[in-house]
Order: sequence, then structure tokens, then C-alpha cells
Amino acid sequence: MSRKVLLIEDEPNIAEAIRFLLTREGWQVEIHGDGTDALQVIQGAQPDLVILDVMLPGKSGMDILRDLREMEELASLPVLMLTARGQSRDREMAENAGVSRFMTKPFSNAEVLTAVRDLHAQATQM
Amino acid sequence: MATVNVLILVCLGYVVFLFAVAFAADRMAAAGRGKWLRSPLIYTLSLSIYCTAWTFYGAVGNAARSGLEFVTIYLGPTLVMVSWWWGLRKLVRVGRSQRVTSIADLLSSRYGKSNTLAVCVTILAVLGGTPYIALQLQSITLSFSIFAEADPSGLYREGSSVFWVAAGLAVFAILFGTRNLDVNERHHGVVTAIAVEAVVKLFALIAVGVFVVWGIAGGIAPMMERIDASEIGQWHVDAGRWTTFIFLSAAAFICLPRMFQVMVVENDDESHLRTAAWAFPLYLLLMSLFVVPIAVVGLDLLPEGANPDLFVLTVPLSQGNDWLAMLSFIGGFSSATSMVIVTAMALSTMVSNHVVMPIWLNTQEGTGSVSGDVRNIVLMARRVSIAVVMALGYFYYRLSGGGAALASIGLVAFAGISQILPALVGGLFWRGATRTGALVGLTVGFVLWIYTLLLPGMSGASMPESVLQNGLFGLGWLRPQALFGIEGIDPIVHSVMWSLLLNTIAFCVASLLSFPSPLERLQGAQFVNVFDHSVAPRGWSGSVAQSEDLMIMTQRILGTGPAQEFFQAEAEKQGGRSHLPEPTPAFLGRLERELSGSVGTATAHAMIGQIVGGSSVSVEDLLAVADESAQLLEYSSQLEVKSSELSRTARQLREANAKLTQVSAQKDSFLSQVSHELRTPMTSIRAFSEIMRDAEGLSGDEQTRYATIIHDEALRLTRLLDDLLDLSVLENGQVNLNISDDSLRSLLDRAVSSALAGAGSKISVRRARAAERIVLHTDLDRLGQVFINLISNAQKYCDAEEPVLTISAYDVGGRIIIDFIDNGSGIPPGARSMVFEKFARVGGDKAGGAGLGLAICREIMQRLGGEISYLPGQGGAAFRVSLPLAHRQAAQ
Repeated sequence: MSRKVLLIEDEPNIAEAIRFLLTREGWQVEIHGDGTDALQVIQGAQPDLVILDVMLPGKSGMDILRDLREMEELASLPVLMLTARGQSRDREMAENAGVSRFMTKPFSNAEVLTAVRDLHAQATQM
Repeated sequence: MATVNVLILVCLGYVVFLFAVAFAADRMAAAGRGKWLRSPLIYTLSLSIYCTAWTFYGAVGNAARSGLEFVTIYLGPTLVMVSWWWGLRKLVRVGRSQRVTSIADLLSSRYGKSNTLAVCVTILAVLGGTPYIALQLQSITLSFSIFAEADPSGLYREGSSVFWVAAGLAVFAILFGTRNLDVNERHHGVVTAIAVEAVVKLFALIAVGVFVVWGIAGGIAPMMERIDASEIGQWHVDAGRWTTFIFLSAAAFICLPRMFQVMVVENDDESHLRTAAWAFPLYLLLMSLFVVPIAVVGLDLLPEGANPDLFVLTVPLSQGNDWLAMLSFIGGFSSATSMVIVTAMALSTMVSNHVVMPIWLNTQEGTGSVSGDVRNIVLMARRVSIAVVMALGYFYYRLSGGGAALASIGLVAFAGISQILPALVGGLFWRGATRTGALVGLTVGFVLWIYTLLLPGMSGASMPESVLQNGLFGLGWLRPQALFGIEGIDPIVHSVMWSLLLNTIAFCVASLLSFPSPLERLQGAQFVNVFDHSVAPRGWSGSVAQSEDLMIMTQRILGTGPAQEFFQAEAEKQGGRSHLPEPTPAFLGRLERELSGSVGTATAHAMIGQIVGGSSVSVEDLLAVADESAQLLEYSSQLEVKSSELSRTARQLREANAKLTQVSAQKDSFLSQVSHELRTPMTSIRAFSEIMRDAEGLSGDEQTRYATIIHDEALRLTRLLDDLLDLSVLENGQVNLNISDDSLRSLLDRAVSSALAGAGSKISVRRARAAERIVLHTDLDRLGQVFINLISNAQKYCDAEEPVLTISAYDVGGRIIIDFIDNGSGIPPGARSMVFEKFARVGGDKAGGAGLGLAICREIMQRLGGEISYLPGQGGAAFRVSLPLAHRQAAQ
């Protein structure tokens, strides 16, 4: 069974780190570094899980999430959101936009792995 | 010889008698009987408290020492009564229509109900009144001691008896002076008792006089011979002293608190003044009639050194006429007690109304309503004040030792209380008099009086000898008894002249210079024009003549038919005794309403007021009201100015607030960006360091690569922090520029090699070196930092196949211009305005910059007096740096 995660993150080093972690867990990791066409990429890739950065060039992660929840087939897609801004307002906004899990950078690797496992487990149970 | 004990008994009996008189009079007044209580006779007699023990005993003493000078003390009030009764009438009218309770209250009321002024007058009155009370106590003591000398076995003990006398008088004043509050309920008991005392002292003095003339001298003719033979007949008249004393006694007659009490506050009917105008001078004449004979005979009969102040007692005693002496003693006792009682009442009213009550009300503020208790509180305050005033008099007597120091106090007190005169008279006759003027005048007069008369006159350490001799601070013209170098004048004349003169001048000048408050103007108009809009409280109501006038007026306005109908209906309502209604307030009210339908409210009120005279409209009043309106208009225009000022201020505040909000938002966004820029490299560092710690079986390659990432990100963090600090220093203007000279060429050489060092640089730099031979005088390191930033930006972001950066320099109109133009795709137009902002990264930043470089460049160029801008239309990204060539000053 192939589990696929789509990582939308413009910082190459952070993307590299997450790819390393999730590959070891048996995930197939796809990386995309731009916000503008992120929605199409998600639609095309049909991942089991999306990890979404907030500050992206072109279009913010927050907007991407909102649009994504509007789309019927992606409304329940698990989305783990990452942000480096660290303001409580962002967490509220993300929750309102329908985020599945919200994490502030810098994170510990274990946290990311746990979050990904939880989200995936929830999704498969449903 | 009458024993002292008998004397004491007689005194006690006399006091009990006075109590009985006062009590009966109060009872009768309360029952509405006893019209004679409100007769002109009683009023005139009550004015006789002007004649205190100082006059009773002192006049003879004064005559024995200085001849006819004592007459001045009687002449002053006589002149006032005879030639200025219309002024007194105005005073009485004002006092009654304004319901004033004391002279302090009157002045306060006239000058805009200012309590400050009332307190000043109160202090002045207490200061002047206290020694005067002491003087009365002294007279009682002295007269007792005359009897005690002859009878050492008596009950009389000097110290304690004064105390009991003072206490007894206080009790009397409290019992009859504070039974009720309303000023209109007058103190009939006290006034009647005082009238009785007036009769007693006059009778006593005349009895002694008759005894002296007919009993000792043997008739009028021999008496006249004796007088001619004595020195008294020959003493000359000192014009200065006479004028001053007459003026002083006249002023004191008007200003003394006790005189004000009986003349104005206790006045029942204004017309009594008419009687008093001739009757009171007559009383004074009778009082003075036998002064000279007693003095002459006393000087003849009694041994050298006998106190002439006590001749009234000692002459009958020396002739063995004990009963006459006792009568004379009772006369003196009457003079002293009546003065003390009324003074205590008057002063206590002032102290309680203007000092105690304001303080009490202040302390009560905020503790809720006090309505029910106030009456009792006021009465209690008055009682306590009476006790305090008496105690002050008593202690003054004890402290001054009761000696000769007191003898001169009478005139000193007169001079002190006269300082009220300018403010009082000015307030009655001059609408321009203001509160400031009154305060300034009073203060000036008061201070001068203390400095020139009170202090030098008191014995002991009250004023150092050096001040008296050489003036204050050694200034000769400040000598207390020779102000401005004018010497050789009698001290009292000197003091009165200067204090009243400067008082009056200060009062007038300050009044002219200050602007009265509306309330003051209103009160001023009411005082000065009191006769125009107040009526004598008696004698006009129920006049049918007024009804006729009203009828005629109403006919003119409403027409004959309707007017007659209206008046007939009103007359029937009142019981129809006559065809015209009585002008009752109810009728007048209805008539006013009827008329106002035709001519308007204000005019109707004025017309009825004109006829009935009872309401308060006069031309002066209308003018005053017009003045008020003009003033209101002025206020409103001032308000308009103020309000436009306020709205301007409000706008400025709104702008400042908007600016602050913007700054705050910028700060928030800056912090948020800093947070992002710090967290991003930290995330990589943490993630890879955890991977290297936790993950097993990492290849050597992987380990090297991940360690390199950690290292690079750490460097990125360091750069970020450096940039932030640099920017902060630049923005706060804390930069110290390090100015030196070098050529542009060598600076560019160094910048290019530094920017392109290390990285496998693929960009080529083109320069026109010939044009770079310009000598720079600036902070070369900072300018170099700008160059390096621009070159490395081109190196990072130029996306051409073969990237080329062209650097060209010009010297245009005294400015050096250096352009940095690459051949890449440049910065998109929408982002150009952003590039110099903090954290503005255009396009994906793969080069690890935090977006602070250009912001720093801009700050540096500003500090160097130049500028940096984006140069559109050059094909690639193009930046222009320019700075003045002759910028030696600009490079601060």
C-alpha cells in the first residue's frame, strides 16, 4: 500500500529534512515549492496527506487551504500546516480555514512523525 | 463706703434684670405684642453701643489730658448722622433687601458673593475687635479695683472676676443672640436690653455731671469760671489730629461690626433712621455735656497722679457719695457689657458664617445629605464662636497685662476697622468697583495699618527697635512712623493717612484694571441702584391708588371693555368690597399674564413693576442685563474660537493616533517577519541535527551534506542578526561615520572583489574605469557596503544566460552618480516600490538573504547625504546610487 504525502514548502532545506523523515517511514514524498499553482498540484497528485507551509511565494498557505476546503473531493483531505510566524492569530485563522493539524516551526522530528501518523490513522478509519 | 460685696450683688442683680428685660422682650416679640419694641426710640438707643466704657470713662480722662479733643469721637458719628443719613439709608436698604447678616456678609454679597473677601473682613474685624473687648474687660476690672482698694475684705479677686465677667457676658450673648437663625427674626431681647443699658449709662453720667456742677461747683456760673481757670479751656486745637479723629470716628461708626449689627441687621424699619438722625446726635450731646466739668473738678479735687480715666467714679467717692458712685459704676458696667455682647454676636456671626460653616460644609461633602441638622449646626457654630471671641478678648486682656497698653487701643481699632470703608462706600456708590479691587485695597490698608500703627504701638518684641528707627531692611523710607520720609506727624494721623490713602488708591486702580464676574456685576447693579428697584418694606401694599394706575394702564393695552371686565372679575373674586381689586400678589400675577399676551412677558413685568414698584426692574437693571447679554455674546464668540481650537486639536490627535496605529502595525509586522526569518533557519538546523542524532545508518555523504546544511543555516542566522543590528543602528541614527578620502575607482575595485570572492562567480562586471577617477570624501566602508550589496544582488538574482553587470559613474551638477545595471529580467514593476522595504524579497529567495540588504543600503545612503533608487527601463535590474560631491558637511 503506497502512502503519498505532498509537501508544499519553499525552503529547500526544510523540505529536504521532512522528505528524509517521511521516506524512512515508508511514505512517498512529493515536494512542491510554490503557492501559485499548489491547488492544481494537489489535485493532480491526489495525496493521502498534505503538509502545507503558510508563507509561500505566490499564494499563502492559508488561502490554499481555504480554497481546498471549498472543493468537494478535497474537503476531508488531512492537512498538516506549518508556520514560522508563531502568532496565535495564525492558529485561529488556520483552524477557521479547516486545518487538520497546525504546527509552529521549529518543530521536533518526532512531533511531525506523530502528527502524520495520527492524521493518516484518522483518515483511514473513516 | 459701699462694700465690694454689695457692689457685686448689685451687679448680679443688674445682670439678672437685663436678662429679665431681654427675656420679656423676646416673649412679647414672639407673641406679636409690644409694638414699642420696634419703635424709633429703641433703635436710636441701641445705636448707643457706640459709646463703650472707653467713651464712658475715657472721655473724661481724655478731656483731662488733651482738652476738648474727646469731642472728636462724638463729632464723627454726629456728622454722619446729620449729613450722611441718606448714605446710611442706602446701607440699611441694601442690607435688608439682600438679607445680609454682617458687614462681612455685605461686602461678600456686593462683590459677587466672594467668601475670600468675607474671610478677610472677618479676620480684620476679629483682630480689631478682640483688643476692644479686652478694653471693656479692663474697664470693669479697673472700676472694681477702685472699690476693692477701700475694702480688701471683699469677694473681689482681680484675676478670677474678669474671667467670670467674660463668661457671664458670653452666656448672655449666647442665650439671646443665638436663639433663632433667620436674620429677619431680629434679636429683640438683646436690643431692648441694650436700649435699657443706654438709658442707664446716660442717666449715670448725667447724674454724676449734675452732682459735680450743682453739688460741688455750686451751679453753672461757678462751674464755667472753674473751667475757664483750668488748663482744659486753653488747650489748642491740633487741626491734623482733630480732622483725623473726626474722620476716624465717622468711619468706625459706619464700619464697626457691632454698629452694623444694630444699625442694619437689627433695623426693623428704615424710617427709624429719620428719627435717629437727630435723636442719636442728641444722645451723644447729652453724653458729652458733663465731660469737661467732671474732668475739671476731678483735676481740682483729686490728688496729683489720680487716674483721670476713673474720675467718673472717684469724684463721687471722694465726696462720700457712695450711691452715686455705684450708679456711675453701673453706667460704666452697662457701657462695657452692651458693647461686648453685641460685638461678640456680630463677630460670631461672621466667624461662623464665613469661616466655620464653609469648613464644616467642606468636610461634609460626599457624606450625603445633612438637611435636617444644618440649623442646629449653625446655631452651635455661632455659640462656639461667641465663646471663642470672648475667650480671645479675655486672653488678650490677660496677656497685655491690662495696663496702659490697652488705653490707646480704641483709636487703633478704629483705624483698623476703617480700612473697610473704601470697599464699603465704593460698593454702594460705584458699579465699577470689583472684588479684586476690594481685596487689593483691603489688603494694602490692612498691612499698612499693622505695620505703621498696630506693631509699633504694641509694647515688647512685636517690632524690633531697628525697624522702628531705620525702616524695614534698613530702608529709611520704610520707617513705620515716617513712611516715604514724611516725618513729624502724629503716629495715628500718619498711619490713617497712608493706610486709607493707599487703600483707596489700590481699590480704585485694581477695580479699574480688573473685570468683574457676571454675578458681581449683577450684585453691583443691585447695590448701587438699590432705591430704584426695591421698596421700603412697609407702606405700599394695599394702595388703591396703585390699582387705579394699573387699571388705566391695562385699559390702554387691552382696551376699555376687556380691562374693566377683567378688573371687575378680579374684584369680585376678592370679595367685592370695592370696584377695584386690591393689588395682591395673586392678582398682580394674573394681570401680568393677561398683559403679557399683548405686550410680551418682559414688558408686562416691567410695566407692572413701574407702577407697583415691587419688582426689580429699572433702567439700570435693564442696562445691566443688556451688559450681561453683550458679555454672553462675547463669551459665545470666545467659545466658538475655543471650539474650533478644540476640533483642530482633536484632528491633530486623530492624525497622531492614526500614525501611532500605523507604527504599531508596522512594528507587529516587522516582529512577525523577524520571527519568520529566525525560525526558518532554526527549523532546518533542528530537523537535521535531530536526524543526525537519531537516524541510524546515515551514509558518509548524507552526514556531510546535512552538516553542511546546518552550517549554512547557522551562517544565515548570523547574517540575519548582523543585518538587523546594523539596520537598527542606522535607523536610530547612532552611526558614527568614519570619513576619509579615496578614489571611486579603488573603492569599486575592493567592492567587486569582495562581493565576487569565494562563490564560483559566473557574472562578469563591466566598468568604465576612466570615469571613476573621482575622489570621494565620505565613509568609505559604508559606501563600500552599499556597492557590495548591489553587486552581490546582481550576482544572485541576475537570471541571464551570461550575466553581465555594468557599473558606470558620472559627475552631474556636483553629484556623483553610479549606476549598477545587469542584463537579467529585472524587478517586476509591481514590486519595484517594495524593494527597499525590510524583508521585501522579490521572487523566491533561494540565496538565503533575509531581505534586509536594500533597506540597509537606503539607510546608509540617507546617512551619507545621498540616495539610492531603482532605475526603470534599463533592460535588467538597475540601481542608481548618487551622492553630493561637495558633501563635506552633509556627511554628518
